Amino acid sequence: MTANAIEAHGLVKIFGRQRAVDGVDLTVPAGSIFGILGPNGAGKTTTLRMLLGIVDPDEGTRTLLGTDHPLDVARRVGYLPEERGLYPSMKAYDAIAFMGALRGLPLAEGRKRGRAMLEEHGLGKAADKEVRTLSKGMAQTVQLLGTLVHDPELIVLDEPFSGLDALNQAKLERLIRAQADRGVTVIFSTHVIAHAERLCERIAIIANGKVPFTGSVSDARDRLRPQVRLETRALDGPWRAALPADAAPEGHFWHFTLPETGVEPLLRALIEGEAGIQSLSIERPGLHDAFVAIAGADAARQLEADQQEAADA
Amino acid sequence: MPELLRAAWVIARRDFAAIIFSKAFFFFLLGPVFPLAIGIAAGSIGGQVARDIDQPSFALVMSAGETQAVLKARAALAQQLGESRVPMLAAVETDDPQSALDSGNDSRFLGVLTGSLAKPQLIGTESEIMRWKGPLELLVERARAGGAAAPATLETRTVAQSAGSQEQGRLVTAQVGQALLVLLTMLLAGMVLSNLVEEKTNKIIEILAAAVPIDAIFLGKLFAMLGMALIGIACWTALALGAILIAANGLPALPTPATGWPLFLALGVGYFAMAYLLLGSLFLGIGAMASTVREVQTLSMPATMGQLLFFFLASYSVTRLGEPIELVAVAFPFSSPFAMLARAAQQDGLWQHLLALGWQAFWVLLLIRFGAKLFRRNVLKSGSGKRGLIAGLFARP
Repeated sequence: MTANAIEAHGLVKIFGRQRAVDGVDLTVPAGSIFGILGPNGAGKTTTLRMLLGIVDPDEGTRTLLGTDHPLDVARRVGYLPEERGLYPSMKAYDAIAFMGALRGLPLAEGRKRGRAMLEEHGLGKAADKEVRTLSKGMAQTVQLLGTLVHDPELIVLDEPFSGLDALNQAKLERLIRAQADRGVTVIFSTHVIAHAERLCERIAIIANGKVPFTGSVSDARDRLRPQVRLETRALDGPWRAALPADAAPEGHFWHFTLPETGVEPLLRALIEGEAGIQSLSIERPGLHDAFVAIAGADAARQLEADQQEAADA
Repeated sequence: MPELLRAAWVIARRDFAAIIFSKAFFFFLLGPVFPLAIGIAAGSIGGQVARDIDQPSFALVMSAGETQAVLKARAALAQQLGESRVPMLAAVETDDPQSALDSGNDSRFLGVLTGSLAKPQLIGTESEIMRWKGPLELLVERARAGGAAAPATLETRTVAQSAGSQEQGRLVTAQVGQALLVLLTMLLAGMVLSNLVEEKTNKIIEILAAAVPIDAIFLGKLFAMLGMALIGIACWTALALGAILIAANGLPALPTPATGWPLFLALGVGYFAMAYLLLGSLFLGIGAMASTVREVQTLSMPATMGQLLFFFLASYSVTRLGEPIELVAVAFPFSSPFAMLARAAQQDGLWQHLLALGWQAFWVLLLIRFGAKLFRRNVLKSGSGKRGLIAGLFARP
């Protein structure tokens, strides 16, 4: 197994006059869970499609499991596209087997595994039902199982949580973790920060076709200084001179970014200035704050709108 | 290449099973039965009318007295049995009775009744002798007016077909074969137009494109449709043969093609496959650009017009073997299968067919690659500025 499951350098994809993906660099370590986080239209799907060889990049290079010809390693890859698709007249177990057969798994073995997987996921009774008769959630599970049936080394999931209820989202999170525990590399795109924050060891933040950040969730959060929440008894006094320039008052509360010098000099100045400290808390920024800081306010607003839309759906 | 074929097999197997085991396939099989039944009924009526109008005619070469006796006997029999049931006889004066079959206008004779009433002889092709020996023996017996002790038995002499009639017969075989090939291709290849719509409307194309080369998808779909077409043809042929055997009490005699029937039929299957794959790969490529059934329907008109043009080119060249127009029809991939089948009926020699099949197969592969490239570029939006469309044809799938 190569050290990095995916490497991409300077990927560019142009549709008409629009640079849908504009110089994306990605490195996905083998065996990790990697998230691509960004609002709809940011270039997540196009990036994944380029990585998989569905579309060719206009510029840049990419290697998937050590090869720059992704179809050569199709047998070792599982892919769940954003737009789910199954043949409606196929039986559930057959649909799983067919997806395995596309990636080199013998049909008979695929059928056997398909039945077993459906049983394992509580869909044993649906095995012989035609896909058209399944509920949306069941059909999505069938497709997900079809993505995994051939035991891939690398799983690529495009917006895997969209359309799933909370229960099924939790199931999917468990499934992703279980795959990673087996050493499988998982890369998925999402516009839901919570999924990325909970699941990913590394993330790429994407906005307007560019990737301004790749690294661990912790690294992303560390991009912002911690936020201080101070409560004082006094409303004014010489101690106010010790507060940083960005300190914003809210009654007896003050919010500001922790100074580079740390909290101790600040505390000393507040005490000496008789601010009457009632409480002081230092909060590490969340991934959302990091996203706002990294991708910009517009991208963050769009991300929030996408999340709201998904929640409403 | 093996991976490409493996992937194509997976696609073909799925498509084939989906078609064959669908209810729609039953109706597909039934489709041509009704027009076929009407056609057979109309054909048998037409055939009867034709038989009534074009009565079989034999040359009568005997002595003057016996000629008169035979003609009288014919008139009497015709009165009793009906005019159409007794073959026409025309007295011919010649020293060489067989020449009556070859000479000028007399080529309308199916055979020659000659010799004497005591020792009559029938000259003709094997099939005509088999068909007319009985009625003519009855005629001779009547002409003898019961004078002979034994019933009349015609001595027979079989002649090979004349060069002119053989050529004419093979032309008929060529035209029938070609028309059948065109008809079947037109009926079936158009269905390929809508073949990728299911994958596109059900969003399956993304899964396929991520797992296997587009070339394999096209190849698999094309061969699945070919398999379905061949099954359909086999069913219709069996039905048609059964109907003809029952209705006509025997198969109609078509002149033997130059290559002989077994090879001609094998070449017919081969050329149908090629014609189907050629048009199918073109239609698949065009149809793949369409995203809705309505768009496919809009595309089907120019596709049908194109098919007709190929048919006109091929049928025009049937009677012009070796002439430039026929060579163009042979070389142009879309008319080549039709033109070559006509050749198989009229001209011996296997090598030219092997060459033609290879040439046609090359174009099938080229068209599949071209269609796949177009699909990647226009539908999957995978245009790469690095390679042109033509150069991309010869790159890795």
